[in-house]
Amino acid sequence: MATVDLQQLRKTYNSVEIIKGIDLTVRDQELTVFVGPSGCGKSTLLRMIAGLEEITSGELLIDGQRVNEVPAAKRGLALVFQSYALYPHMTVAENMSFSLKLAGVSKAEREAKVMEAARILHLEPLLDRKPKELSGGQRQRVAIGRAIVRHPRLFLFDEPLSNLDAALRVRMRQELTKLHRELKATMIYVTHDQVEAMTMADRIVVLQAGVVEQVGTPMELYQHPKNLFVAGFIGSPRMNFLTAIVVSVSDARVALELTDGTVIHASLPASAVSVGHTITLGIRPEHIRLSATGSIGAQVQLVERLGSESYVYVQANSGEVLTVRVSGEVNVAPEEKVRLAPDSDFLHLFDAIGQRIS
Amino acid sequence: MTTAQANTAEALGLQQRSSSPRARLLTLPAVVLLLLWSVLPLIVTLWFSFRRYNLMNPGHTGFDGLGNYRYLFSDPGLGMAVWNTVLLLGSVLVITIGVGTLIALLLDQEFYGRGFARVLMLAPFFVMPTVSALLWKNMMMHPDNGFLAFLMRSVGLKPIDWFAVAPLTSIIIIVSWEWLPFAVLTLLTAIQSLDAERKEAARMDGAGPIAMFRYIIWPHLGRAVAATTMIETIFILGIFAEIYVTSSGGPGFASTNLSFLIYRYVLMEYDIGGAAVAGLLAIVLANVLAFFLLRSFARNLDT
Ligand SMILES: Nc1ncnc2c1ncn2[C@@H]1O[C@H](COP(=O)(O)OP(=O)(O)OP(=O)(O)O)[C@@H](O)[C@H]1O
Ligand SMILES: [Mg+2]
Repeated sequence: MATVDLQQLRKTYNSVEIIKGIDLTVRDQELTVFVGPSGCGKSTLLRMIAGLEEITSGELLIDGQRVNEVPAAKRGLALVFQSYALYPHMTVAENMSFSLKLAGVSKAEREAKVMEAARILHLEPLLDRKPKELSGGQRQRVAIGRAIVRHPRLFLFDEPLSNLDAALRVRMRQELTKLHRELKATMIYVTHDQVEAMTMADRIVVLQAGVVEQVGTPMELYQHPKNLFVAGFIGSPRMNFLTAIVVSVSDARVALELTDGTVIHASLPASAVSVGHTITLGIRPEHIRLSATGSIGAQVQLVERLGSESYVYVQANSGEVLTVRVSGEVNVAPEEKVRLAPDSDFLHLFDAIGQRIS
Repeated sequence: MTTAQANTAEALGLQQRSSSPRARLLTLPAVVLLLLWSVLPLIVTLWFSFRRYNLMNPGHTGFDGLGNYRYLFSDPGLGMAVWNTVLLLGSVLVITIGVGTLIALLLDQEFYGRGFARVLMLAPFFVMPTVSALLWKNMMMHPDNGFLAFLMRSVGLKPIDWFAVAPLTSIIIIVSWEWLPFAVLTLLTAIQSLDAERKEAARMDGAGPIAMFRYIIWPHLGRAVAATTMIETIFILGIFAEIYVTSSGGPGFASTNLSFLIYRYVLMEYDIGGAAVAGLLAIVLANVLAFFLLRSFARNLDT
């Protein structure tokens, strides 16, 4: 049960700034996901919250109290590492009760807490095993169990599923979400996988190069990405981008001309843009249809059929490569000329510096 | 294929491989060489141990039955030598691994000039045993000119004559000094191979420096300690040069170990037969120690 406040948090390694002034509130009982490309500083930020990394400047508050100088063990948090970081010479039970033992908790109480965590995580039959005798998924659960027995105010996860195979990852994802609901705990979860972020998060924080790009619920980020980066990062397959020039503005409607002369209409309050502006038009693959009457001309390059849906990769006449998502089977072939109809209710417009226009 | 079938097939395959005459022929040179190398000296030693053979009296040879054995086991020096060998080995192991762990932990910390400190730490390993023993004898432990004597005088104590008062202790100090760098090197490597996230996990679990050492670092060092013990044992059982150039095994037998005892038999008493028996005893002792060491570490190496 905790809220975490970051105020202008900064981190510098050898005069290189890695975390560039982050303001953020992590709400009580929510699962907040930090997501961003590799090297953007997600782990560093998490480790600063955990107390493993010094804070160069700014304030870190947990439940309203400044904890910048409080040592890691005293912050009342638990961190689950990507490599699990189990103690190889201890059994599963010893691994889970190590923190309690150090804290001087009585043996009976320790056993009770380990049993409780083992029950939640279905680890009872494995308590006497050593970590090397466990599978990857089981090790993962032990690492989570080690966090649970401490009853922390806040759970921190650093890419905990990235060492698991795809099927197991999906299952553990669901188990973690369920665990979050059962424990009613506050959790911060770091991942570079936007699917994990979308499926698990109550709230997503998108990071890039040490700054927060956007904070919001998964659907907010999907429907109203604040800038080109978030638009491109959230959603799979990626959003399509087309360069266009504003040719006419009437109330609530604008006409946009693509580089090949095609004109597309979008609904937009007239004050947002003026004629002559260059903008970027974003359309998600699921919001384009193949249609004989479509406004954009294109040529098919590649078709991927997944059974339940198909992805058609096309090159528009204006030059950009676009992805079109079609549900079920599709009967087009490479080299074929097609026409595309974007759904004008789902167009995203971004100005010259990549900010959303709305 | 079931496991049983696989096992049988494997066994058959192995049998085929080892029973092929051509394969045997190919291993022959290695086997012969190994026999010449290790078994022949042992046989010759065994042979001499039953012979009357003294270089001072070369005409008087022949079989002596258990005479050499009786003579050796009645020699009061033997018990001393065995005890000294074990004491020397045990002390050096405890000192090098104990102090070595402490130094390795220090050298693992971040501090200014760490690289230089590491090189300095390793330096004694490159000094030849004879030279380092002489250095200690003449520069450190000399009762008049030694550095230790100087230190003791400067705090108002009477300097001690190390090799007269505590000959074995002196040798233990010298040998420990020689072997400390090796222990530090292996232990430091092991400490640095410890997963950083594991240490951080322990830190999050509330482990302070002492708990960290006891529950995380020390168990991780098991293999390194085993390897260090083994290798040091092999070399320290046969320590000779350090004794030869300092105390010459004395006073009396106070600093004579088994290998020095053998030397005494051969080159002070010219008794080849007696030396052979002492040599056999050294082999037995080495094997007994190796057996216990291997057994106690086999468990460690497992985890
Ligand atoms: N100890 C360090 N010294 C110097 N630079 C560091 C250190 N640790 C991390 N960095 C740098 O900080 C940046 C952010 O690293 P961080 O580990 O937080 O990335 P990340 O977002 O977790 O990436 P990934 O998804 O690959 O784990 C990287 O550019 C990295 O090179
Ligand atoms: Mg990371």
